[in-house]
Amino acid sequence: MRVEKDLKYSKTHEWVKFLDDTTALIGITDYAQEHLGDLVFINMPAVGDEVACDTPFGDIESVKAVSDIYSPVEGVVAEVNEDVADSPQSINEDPYGSWIIKVSNITDVSDLMDAETYERYCQEEE
Amino acid sequence: MKLIFERSTPGLSCEILPPCDVEAYELKAEQQRGQELRLPEVTEGEISRHYTELESQTFGVNSGYYPLGSCTMKYNPKINEEIAGLPGFADIHPLQPAHTVQGCLEALRLAEKLLCEITGMDYMTFQPAAGAHGEFTGLVLIKKYHESRGDKKRTKIIVPDTAHGTNPASATMAGFTTVSISSGQDGLVDLEALKAAVGEDTAGLMLTNPNTLGLFEKNIVEIAEIVHQAGGLLYYDGANLNPVMGIVRPGDTGFDIVHLNLHKTFSTPHGGGGPGSGPVGCKAFLAKFLPVPRVEEKDGEFYFSGDYENTIGSMKAFYGNFLVVLKALAYILTLGREGIPEAAKSAVLNANYMMKKLEDLYQVAYPGRCMHEFVLTAEPLKKKTGVSALDIAKGLLDNGMHPPTVYFPLIVHEALMVEPTDTESKQSIDEAVKVYRELYEKACTDPEALHQAPVKTAVRRLDEVTAARNPILRYNFD
Amino acid sequence: MGSYIPNSKAEQQKMLDFLGLASLDDLYNEIPDKVKLKGGLNIPAGKSELEVRRQMEALAGKNKVFRTIFRGAGAYRHYIPAIVKAVASKERFVTAYTPYQPEISQGVLQSIFEFQTMICELTGMDTANASVYDGATACAEAITMCVDRKRDEVFVSATLHPDYLRTVKTYCYAAGRKLVVVPEKDGVTDLAFLKENLNEKSAVFLMQQPNFYGIIEDAEACFKVAREAGAKSVMCINPIFAAIGKTPRECGADIAVGEGQPLGISLSFGGPYLGFMACVQELTRRLPGRIVGQTKDIEGKRAFVLTLQAREQHIRREKASSNICSNQALCALTAACYMSTMGPTGLKEVANQCLAKAHYAAKHISSLPGYELVFDAEFFHEFVTRCPVDVNKLMAKLEEEGILGGYPLEGPYEGCILWCFTEMNTKEEIDRLVAILKEGIQE
Repeated sequence: MRVEKDLKYSKTHEWVKFLDDTTALIGITDYAQEHLGDLVFINMPAVGDEVACDTPFGDIESVKAVSDIYSPVEGVVAEVNEDVADSPQSINEDPYGSWIIKVSNITDVSDLMDAETYERYCQEEE
Repeated sequence: MKLIFERSTPGLSCEILPPCDVEAYELKAEQQRGQELRLPEVTEGEISRHYTELESQTFGVNSGYYPLGSCTMKYNPKINEEIAGLPGFADIHPLQPAHTVQGCLEALRLAEKLLCEITGMDYMTFQPAAGAHGEFTGLVLIKKYHESRGDKKRTKIIVPDTAHGTNPASATMAGFTTVSISSGQDGLVDLEALKAAVGEDTAGLMLTNPNTLGLFEKNIVEIAEIVHQAGGLLYYDGANLNPVMGIVRPGDTGFDIVHLNLHKTFSTPHGGGGPGSGPVGCKAFLAKFLPVPRVEEKDGEFYFSGDYENTIGSMKAFYGNFLVVLKALAYILTLGREGIPEAAKSAVLNANYMMKKLEDLYQVAYPGRCMHEFVLTAEPLKKKTGVSALDIAKGLLDNGMHPPTVYFPLIVHEALMVEPTDTESKQSIDEAVKVYRELYEKACTDPEALHQAPVKTAVRRLDEVTAARNPILRYNFD
Repeated sequence: MGSYIPNSKAEQQKMLDFLGLASLDDLYNEIPDKVKLKGGLNIPAGKSELEVRRQMEALAGKNKVFRTIFRGAGAYRHYIPAIVKAVASKERFVTAYTPYQPEISQGVLQSIFEFQTMICELTGMDTANASVYDGATACAEAITMCVDRKRDEVFVSATLHPDYLRTVKTYCYAAGRKLVVVPEKDGVTDLAFLKENLNEKSAVFLMQQPNFYGIIEDAEACFKVAREAGAKSVMCINPIFAAIGKTPRECGADIAVGEGQPLGISLSFGGPYLGFMACVQELTRRLPGRIVGQTKDIEGKRAFVLTLQAREQHIRREKASSNICSNQALCALTAACYMSTMGPTGLKEVANQCLAKAHYAAKHISSLPGYELVFDAEFFHEFVTRCPVDVNKLMAKLEEEGILGGYPLEGPYEGCILWCFTEMNTKEEIDRLVAILKEGIQE
């Protein structure tokens, strides 16, 4: 199970990369994609939708399961990753390189973990 | 197998209709279809061959052992098919005047009477077309009931974590939020968890009894009290009625509303996924909310009436899957007073017998007495050999048997839910046990073989991932 | 007493012995006595097959089978070719379960894939599901497909079949959705009302084609108005009409639904019937119910499988958009077989004969004093006429001749008759009808 040092992590297995103080990319972690299995579809929010801390903004499907994706920040959806929407398997192949949404106008952030803390958290969950 | 479109030859057709005996009429151009209509162009012989081939790759109850848990794949009697096919039923228009359909109305009334007696209910509607449809109907009854009392706070429906997915989905459709309560260690509703969950916002509790683990909810009377005292109603998901029909009546144990699955408990065939029938029964205090139209009787004459100001409306057009109801009616008349509980007992006997024959090898999720079905967990087997419930299921396919239900209920990992039903013979169960035991041995000695299974079927394991990622949902003519 | 238990008492005893139990009743030892039924079921004793047959035949005998039917209103009598009934009664098709184990269910799966294809062809749409319960519930489910957080108001034409309208009302009531019924004007949807009332909260507009009165509406104009307001459009179309009429796709609908009973399913006193649903590509993942897709097995063989299951209730549970679990598989198979038997030319022929015979009948019936056509608009195989006599007395007279007359309307057009003519009605039958109507006036 991989973690990337420079990212922040949520308890619900999303990663966050802050581009600046009010903009961030959000994706799901290696742990998440491993547990979900082969991903087949993502239900994306629309650009302009508001997202709130610890609230689902979309969901991600494998053949036999569906999982909510939670926002670790409060803000507005600035962009959705159309490439990932077309090929959800890129998340399986490269979870940290496949951001799902870009959020701007960030006004609040959930409690997030750093890479080390998240790694331990995952080990405990197993 | 070829698709019917691939058997098509342009210009071929069946000669079905005589030429039109009146002057032709043409619609104005702007009302006419412009898109080409591409349907198969085949002769009757080709159609016959085609469906014969399709049938050969279909597994019916007549093909072999079919122990799908929670589906009750019992034998479908052929007399029921014939009766449903009688012109006096099959060729009747739903909007014929009442005096020309007294037989249909009497049949519905008789079915209502018999099923109310079996379930302990006072009234029944046959309009819902399937179990899930019945659930939705029942929940809308609950909604209307609370509204009629002026109680707007009842927004939650409680379900146990063993509930079938249709339960919470139906609750959502009826505008409720679902509260899931964890089952106890014994697999039954945890009374303390239930007490904590009920309140002023409880609209009702949906329960299957026996539950999806095949266990009878012994505390059902207490459960009913808790829910009723909190002001909620009790809804019975009748999917598992088979083991207790004629022995325990949901209405006697506190349920206010029930739905039945005629295509499970009452032997009507599954048709490859429908049509079924999900009638909803209720106690008298809820009858005024039932969907319309309803069958009424006056001076020995039956008629339909829509004149009920408190009705929830309609769940679909007309009266329900009438021909399916007829099949269930014929079945109940055939089994009768003694046969109904006998079938229940046979189902429970068969399940306990098979479970006991396997429990030394496979782990039973909740050991002890089961009702009509039992749940095995392949989790220990998977840890030991890497062979999963899915692999066992695929191994069964190579032995000409339909697998049990797998991966349900969700609270059991690597679940295999086995329901032999009442119409399975001891001989057939013994043969099945032999196969299940052989598969277990194989899992221990040659797990890779089971990962590769099935090998003898018309097609082998399918790429479901690509099917979901890049769906091809129709034939492409181009 | 009939029983389908294949174990003798002796065999059951062996099984009980193995379990260490004395009797079958001991199986229920753990159930509290207080909940057990005492005294047995108060229903008649079981009967032999012959007795049951006789009892049910007696009930069937109390129904009148009409030789000639001029009534539609949501249930249509068309000719069902013999091969269709033969195929639909094949035992494995009848008794199989849902094809969750695709390796041994390719027959059922492929039959659904073929059905989905044919529904797409009929409606001009991109994707179809494996079917739902009937036309009314298909309308209700289509509405759910269109509703979201921002747009949740539903517009439905008053020219929808009354049962369908009532069903849609019930589903909207259940979900707490606002429903606006667009009034009928001169037998068709009031376009001006639609235009004035659609707004930024409108999710969908649904109408029936031909409508309940048999009229072919200007659906294109209605859907244009809906589209301009940002709402989606649903057309509930008669599948026989679809063979020759402008398709939902051509009219600009996003979703097409309808009742598939005319496609080889007998009248059945109202059920089981067959709801079909199809949509444009973009809405595919919003379709409820089962969908079959094409894929390959590990050896590269083409195969079919239930797909996009993550939409459905068994996975999404309370987050599913619909609770629907089953489809009407056997009815869908019947419809696919019917469409294969008739083929494109045959289905068009059925539609054209319906059209021709209805117009022939309309010409002759409406020429009788008091039986004028109520509406000017073009129709398919149903139309409404006035009735100069007591409608019930007229129906009784027709009944004596073995004829089920047109449907006596209630509501705004009470006293009028909704007639239906299909390829099953011969010229002689229609002429006989006209003669009887003519006689009736002379009395």
